[in-house]
Amino acid sequence: MHNKTITELAKGLREKEFSSVELTQAYLDRINKYQALNCFITVAEDHALEQAKRSDIQLASAGAGLLTGIPIAQKDIFCTQGIKTTCGSKMLDNFIAPYNATVIEKFNTAGAVTLGKLNMDEFAMGSSNETSFYGAVQNPWDTNTVPGGSSGGSAAAVAARLSPAVTGTDTGGSIRQPASLCGITGLKPTYGRVSRYGMIAFASSLDQGGPMARSAEDAAILMQTMAGFDTKDSTSVDREVPNYSAGLNNSLEGLKIGLPKEFFDEGLNSDIASAIEIAVNEYKKLGAEIKEVSLPNMKLAIPAYYVIASAECSANLSRYDGVRFGYRCGDPADLNDLYIRSRGEAFGAEVKRRILMGTYALSAGYYDAYYIKAQKVRRLISGDFSQALSEVDVLMGPVSPTTAFGIGEKTNDPIEMYLADIYTIAVNLAGLPAMSLPAGFANNKPVGLQVIGNYFTEDRLLNIAHQYQQVTGWHQQTPQGFE
Amino acid sequence: MEWETVIGLEIHAQMATKSKIFSAASTAYGAEPNTQACAVDLGLPGVLPVLNEEAVRMAVKFGMAIEAEIADYSVFARKNYFYPDLPKGYQISQMELPIVGIGHLDIEVDGETKRIGVTRAHLEEDAGKSLHEDFHGLTGIDLNRAGTPLLEIVSEPDMRSAKEAVAYMRKIHELVRYLEICDGNMQEGSFRCDANVSVRPKGQKEYGTRAELKNINSFRFVEKAINIEVERQIDLIEAGGSVVQETRLYDADKNETRSMRSKEEANDYRYFPDPDLLSVEITDELRAQVKADLPELPSIKKQRFIEQYSHDNETATLLTSSRELADFFEVVVKQSGCEARLCSNWVSGNFLGALNKANLEITASPISAERLAGLLKRIADNTISGKIAKQVFDALWESDLTTDEVIEQQGLKQITDSGAIEVIIDKIIADNPAQVEQYLSGKDKVFGFFVGQVMKASHGKANPGEVNKMLQGKLKR
Repeated sequence: MHNKTITELAKGLREKEFSSVELTQAYLDRINKYQALNCFITVAEDHALEQAKRSDIQLASAGAGLLTGIPIAQKDIFCTQGIKTTCGSKMLDNFIAPYNATVIEKFNTAGAVTLGKLNMDEFAMGSSNETSFYGAVQNPWDTNTVPGGSSGGSAAAVAARLSPAVTGTDTGGSIRQPASLCGITGLKPTYGRVSRYGMIAFASSLDQGGPMARSAEDAAILMQTMAGFDTKDSTSVDREVPNYSAGLNNSLEGLKIGLPKEFFDEGLNSDIASAIEIAVNEYKKLGAEIKEVSLPNMKLAIPAYYVIASAECSANLSRYDGVRFGYRCGDPADLNDLYIRSRGEAFGAEVKRRILMGTYALSAGYYDAYYIKAQKVRRLISGDFSQALSEVDVLMGPVSPTTAFGIGEKTNDPIEMYLADIYTIAVNLAGLPAMSLPAGFANNKPVGLQVIGNYFTEDRLLNIAHQYQQVTGWHQQTPQGFE
Repeated sequence: MEWETVIGLEIHAQMATKSKIFSAASTAYGAEPNTQACAVDLGLPGVLPVLNEEAVRMAVKFGMAIEAEIADYSVFARKNYFYPDLPKGYQISQMELPIVGIGHLDIEVDGETKRIGVTRAHLEEDAGKSLHEDFHGLTGIDLNRAGTPLLEIVSEPDMRSAKEAVAYMRKIHELVRYLEICDGNMQEGSFRCDANVSVRPKGQKEYGTRAELKNINSFRFVEKAINIEVERQIDLIEAGGSVVQETRLYDADKNETRSMRSKEEANDYRYFPDPDLLSVEITDELRAQVKADLPELPSIKKQRFIEQYSHDNETATLLTSSRELADFFEVVVKQSGCEARLCSNWVSGNFLGALNKANLEITASPISAERLAGLLKRIADNTISGKIAKQVFDALWESDLTTDEVIEQQGLKQITDSGAIEVIIDKIIADNPAQVEQYLSGKDKVFGFFVGQVMKASHGKANPGEVNKMLQGKLKR
């Protein structure tokens, strides 16, 4: 069962080949069997079986949808009423939200079954899942390596077939980079396409939730449920949601692909470069035209990102003060002691580092030099993308400069870790949609191809990904031991 | 040396919206602690603010009323500081690009009109309350108030005395209530004021160093706090010291100000645009709607009262001091059809006197404008005398009856029937031959005795004019 696509699972449920309870139990068993991967922070067994039971009733009557009875696992950044939501932090180890995130509400309405909550870097700050309070996640392709981050638990769970599909969030590459390192398909939608309500904020102007799945076809089904305007999120966009599955089989004849030369610089591993080249050639065979383009301000993306994201996070994380919810230090002497020890004891090193950076960047006397300057760079980068995307339909390049690296390999060098997102970060600054698709292997580890489109062209990106997946088999590869 | 006082005020007016500025929770005052704080107000993980458009509309209304520049685009920013009753660890406020820009307001002090500049007015959310009593060494937090919309109105340092500051504060208070954007309730904290106070030698151009007096919650305290602070600053400078820039708290019990924190200890609020909110666009459509909605402003209404009702400045000022009172007066005029003078005498005299005595707001008055008009009608048509009218007024205050019902039940109808009055007069004249003699011999004062006797005998109901006329006829010398 666990090797079927969502479409196949939905068919099986409808034709009573198996029930949602059986399907859910099968996945719960696998989750239990592969606990060592540490993909889940919370397995919601009882809750999932209860939902599955209800879905089976719904399936027996009319009105069941494509996701009715399908198990999904959620990144532990989405608030779930009644199930613990930790955001990978000791700070929220005891936090049970009294409400559902809009994305969760949409999955519930669609009849999906929530298997549990997926491991992630603390407050989504990290590129390896190693900043999680709940420990590192193992990459199923090589359990000594990281799955990427921050949606590391999400990517590893799909790769290990512990859930047919999952949700992730992407602030600087947190869907695409782990999807790449784990050989799965991930979509980071246009900023404003998916509601952020109930998605715990890291950097509000950059955060965006999206689907992670085995194939573009499955990602399209999740995206259909996740997308849409939400009155509870002022930054969500009131714009019609297209049918993401309808155009999957459109021809790519005449598609103009741009290759930004800055994506293929000396920092890129040569094996990855050749895998990308082979993938691009595949698109040529499908009728695409290739052109070199330039994103001249790319090199400024990482510094600008770390100013903006840190500045926003420094304010977003102020609410964790030990007063109303979350961790509170023992026996505070006074108010200052309560603040200092609650935050000092419950936030991890990476979170503290970013709060400090952000607080510094916003301080009197530094604001113009850092925050305002970074916003200007952000506009330049958006301008670069507009220029490039006026010449071509989509941009292609690598997702990550390396394949999965060893657990512990980069934890002592934050700058080295930040560079893991060098090809993904600029997309968040511009607010564009982008995908990561499995495009082969380098040293037996998955390589991801990044496809970047213009605003609100998720349907086209899914079509481009799906066509590639019709002529290649990379997305169907299963890591050894997880077949 | 002669000193000049320089004052600027920052007024926080709570906008009278039903729900909070960024959430759907109610803003009603006085609920059980933390029963009017939703997930957004509590700053729970994952929640997002959504701007209440009514608050924006109210701010625009205020801006138009002070003839201010209204920004095409305005931006909300996060003001960062830690405090237990500030749930998110930042307050959503406005720094650059406030909704309302430069405007002005005219005040009147000792018969002189003076224009006070308004620097800006911006929207922000209120914090909750820290409760230090009742918790034995602990602090309680009530977040009902968190997220209540405030309009912070910042004046130019244009005021030169505590009296001017109070006049300005009253004027803003009157205006926000006229506009129905704030209930103006100072006990409940709907209208609060901080004062920036400095002194300088008369004739000096540069401002002196200022102290900020925090949260002064009555007109009387504003005046006292400023005066005592000015005294302190002058004494300090004259003794060779200098004023430090700091925040000071006014202690009403001791009538003194004392230091809260100095500039060095001031927070760096690290303002930056709130990425959860889009910039606010004030469209031409909204401007037109608000403009159409704008009531007659107090200064214009006062001028109209002077012209239309021949009021003197004092009466017009009193009757237009609130929109409710002005409306009440105009309903009385319209419904009674009486002369404006009779109406204003009654509204500003007996009616306001009774309200003050009962300590009631006009909205809670037991006598409506319609009922008062009914009373005045009966004075005008001579059904009752002015004296009896006061008796009827008291009865109206105590009951739900109409004037006619009171007159009927208590038999207060004025006797205008000359036959009936004549019978009484004849009896009085016959019963008092000595007084008749005195009068006829030239003692004019005795005439009043006869009037009094007739009124007494008629239980006050005889028409006084008629009584006078007839008595004069009967007692012809």
